[in-house]
Amino acid sequence: MKHAKTATQNACKLCNPLGACLAFRGIENCVPFLHGSQGCATYIRRYLISHYKEPIDIASSNFHEETAVFGGSHNLQIGLKNVTEQYKPEVIGVATTCLSETIGDDVPMILREYKKTHKNGTPLPVMIHASTPSYQGSHIDGFHAAVRATVKELAEAGARQKLVNVFPNMVSPADLRYLKEILGDFSLPFMLLPDYSQTMDGGPWGEYHRIPPGGTSVSAITSAGSATSSIEFGSTLDASKSGAGYLEEAFGIPRYHFSLPIGIKESDKLFSLLETITGQECPEKYKDERRRLIDAYVDGHKYVFEKKVIIYGEEDLVIAITAFLREIGMTPLLCASGGKSGQFKKKLAELIPDLEEQGIKVREGVDFVDIEDEAKVLKPDFLIGNSKGYTMSRKNNIPLLRIGFPIHDRFGGQRKLHIGYRGTLELFDRIVNTVIEQRQNASSIGYTYM
Amino acid sequence: MEQIGILEGRKRQVFEKKKGVGQPDIVCDTSSLSGSVSQRACVFCGSRVVLYPIADALHLVHGPIGCAAYTWDIRGAVSSGPELHRLSFSTDLQEMDVIYGGEKKLYNSLIELIEQYKPKAAFIYSTCIVGLIGDDIDAVCKKVSRETGIPVLPVHSEGFKGTKKDGYKAACSALMKLIGTGDVETISKYSINILGEFNLAGEAWIIRKYYEKMGIEVVSTLTGDGRVGAVRRAHGASLNVVQCSGSMTSLAKEMQEKYGIPYIRVSYFGIEDMSKSLYDVAKHFSDRPEIMDAAKQVVRDEVSKLYPSLQKFRKALTGKKAAIYVGGAFKTFSLIKALRSIGMSVVLAGSQTGNKDDYARLKEMCDEGTVIVDDSNPVELSKFILEKEADLLIGGVKERPIAFKLGIGFCDHNHERKIPLAGFEGMYNFALEVYQSVMSPVWQFVPRKGGNR
Repeated sequence: MKHAKTATQNACKLCNPLGACLAFRGIENCVPFLHGSQGCATYIRRYLISHYKEPIDIASSNFHEETAVFGGSHNLQIGLKNVTEQYKPEVIGVATTCLSETIGDDVPMILREYKKTHKNGTPLPVMIHASTPSYQGSHIDGFHAAVRATVKELAEAGARQKLVNVFPNMVSPADLRYLKEILGDFSLPFMLLPDYSQTMDGGPWGEYHRIPPGGTSVSAITSAGSATSSIEFGSTLDASKSGAGYLEEAFGIPRYHFSLPIGIKESDKLFSLLETITGQECPEKYKDERRRLIDAYVDGHKYVFEKKVIIYGEEDLVIAITAFLREIGMTPLLCASGGKSGQFKKKLAELIPDLEEQGIKVREGVDFVDIEDEAKVLKPDFLIGNSKGYTMSRKNNIPLLRIGFPIHDRFGGQRKLHIGYRGTLELFDRIVNTVIEQRQNASSIGYTYM
Repeated sequence: MEQIGILEGRKRQVFEKKKGVGQPDIVCDTSSLSGSVSQRACVFCGSRVVLYPIADALHLVHGPIGCAAYTWDIRGAVSSGPELHRLSFSTDLQEMDVIYGGEKKLYNSLIELIEQYKPKAAFIYSTCIVGLIGDDIDAVCKKVSRETGIPVLPVHSEGFKGTKKDGYKAACSALMKLIGTGDVETISKYSINILGEFNLAGEAWIIRKYYEKMGIEVVSTLTGDGRVGAVRRAHGASLNVVQCSGSMTSLAKEMQEKYGIPYIRVSYFGIEDMSKSLYDVAKHFSDRPEIMDAAKQVVRDEVSKLYPSLQKFRKALTGKKAAIYVGGAFKTFSLIKALRSIGMSVVLAGSQTGNKDDYARLKEMCDEGTVIVDDSNPVELSKFILEKEADLLIGGVKERPIAFKLGIGFCDHNHERKIPLAGFEGMYNFALEVYQSVMSPVWQFVPRKGGNR
């Protein structure tokens, strides 16, 4: 029986401030700060830690009843002072919550006031404000809001220099490291924002660090305003909400905007752009990676052809994965997201011209109960998405291939690679192995060669 | 190494036990200092943890999506039957709801969910924003209860209206509305309720088994493998046995007032406290000496099994130092004793929500030089772990990366644990887990233990 459905059940999204905290963690010497209740910071820390297995300190202005009545200015200012004292940060990234947004705190004004009162002491940290009310959008919106707020606060105009800004979207630390390797191999000076490749996936400490080492430096972000171009991933990411969009608006820096580079076709776009920008041919290393990927596609093509899948997660990730799956002849049955940019179907159709013809269902703003209802009817061979789909995977006995964020029930989620030729190969291997394992388990013979 | 300081506003919440000198009481029971990165959560969290294990109830979070998403199936509280508590329900308030109010959405959500899942009761948690937009959730709950015939209980857990402890209270007052509505006729005189035992990894089942061996009827485990029906009958028990005193003492007090049921505080961690929690119950029923005899038998049987198996761990762990930072202070008492029984000393003991009496007792129990902290934060914890050269940290998910980054062992003693640590068999698991972490050869590679580069 189909039930009417007002409430969200087993959400396929998180709240806005979570994304902002993660993005702020990708700035060097930055402490994320949530202007709201203590619980928001603590819950978000716990959620991020369970995926990244790294400390992430998120400060909170810790609202009380009086704060909610008289405004959060006092608490925010005390909080900023304490964070400055205890962490000695270069940057404090202040993100709002449903609470502070609803009472209407004017955070930029409070920050200005704070700077005025404390101007005679030791130099103040840079303070960035991102508006991230939890009752709007989802975590991915908070992520982009924090990135945009950061360049808006820090980027300065300057004589054009050989520099490219890269806005990678919410990818894994492994993806970030790979991107940096690629840019380095093209000898292209870059400003990558955010870069939590080390802060959220670093080594052991010999001594205590108030803030984990790593992240994009303030001076690098400042120079973003003098770059020659910006590269930005994420099909549904609108220029009006993005870091590269702001730099284009404010400084006329051209924005090259792509899907997340997953699969050969989308990765090719990135590498050929890099060739164009640098005037340099793609290094042999990546041509090799590409050749190896094609070789793997060929070796594995029969396993995956017309295998039916449901893909869910952030819209941009789902779009990129779906495009890749079409490239290897798989059959996406449903593309689902808890996000609701309004662009989901349109952007999918841009990358997958036969979307309608293939009968691929597209649903935005759904939860895991919706996806499960679909799965029962569509009967996919497996699911691709974050580990929150495990409940329905187990219940309906459909294997789950874990990608993206969060991965709470497997080890090494932060080290999973998704993008470029190398990431695609990793994904392809995992997909083929999922199929092989299924076949092997289902066979009464127990084949030892597959 | 860089000196790590303590924030001025927090200095009176940190204390190091020293010989001879009179020392002021630790300051506690306050709200967290703004900007100090408290390890605490909020009022909502307090309510959610207490009520969560009631497995045949609907738990609907009224607010934006985060509060429900971050608490979806995060706890190890297992059920022997229905598992409705493991799903996550939220009214997922949007901007328009914030402007025009969320009552209608709450009403529709409740009616639909109750129709779909047929719960025995529903708990409606109000979050920060509900406290601001002024939804009358009491009225909605009453209406839905009338229409559906099940108890629909508002839990006033707006995140900012106090600390986690206030959330416990809100949960307890919701429970009080259920208690007293069931039939108690058949309940034995020798009966108890187990309060504040969340059945993490099946711990309540272990404890229940001991009491039943003693001839005690367990009427309700309330908040561990909980059932609405059992909660309704809880007033029929003769004694309330309270663990996790921080969360459940207020309920026990209310039940004493309203139903005349006395309560005792216990802890199920470590041999000493576990045994005591059986003896104390037996003492309460002194008119039937067989109960005490049975309690002694249970302890004898269990300890004779357990004791030899602990010797290997004790031998390896003797002289190692532990730091404890957990939610409730009562647990730290047991942990100190349990650690001592396997040869370890405690160099740091702290909790998120301890009260004055707790800290006074802690001060008494601890060795000289032990640091005692209330509502601490990662910076402080790191400072003391390093200064005191701890080999182990006991805490929860948020404390784990602190330990691991600094290159020391860790034991998860929080609500996510998958291994039972309560009871006599739990003591074995605890010792094993501590041993497995502290004695691992991987520490040779971390910088703090001399691993170079």
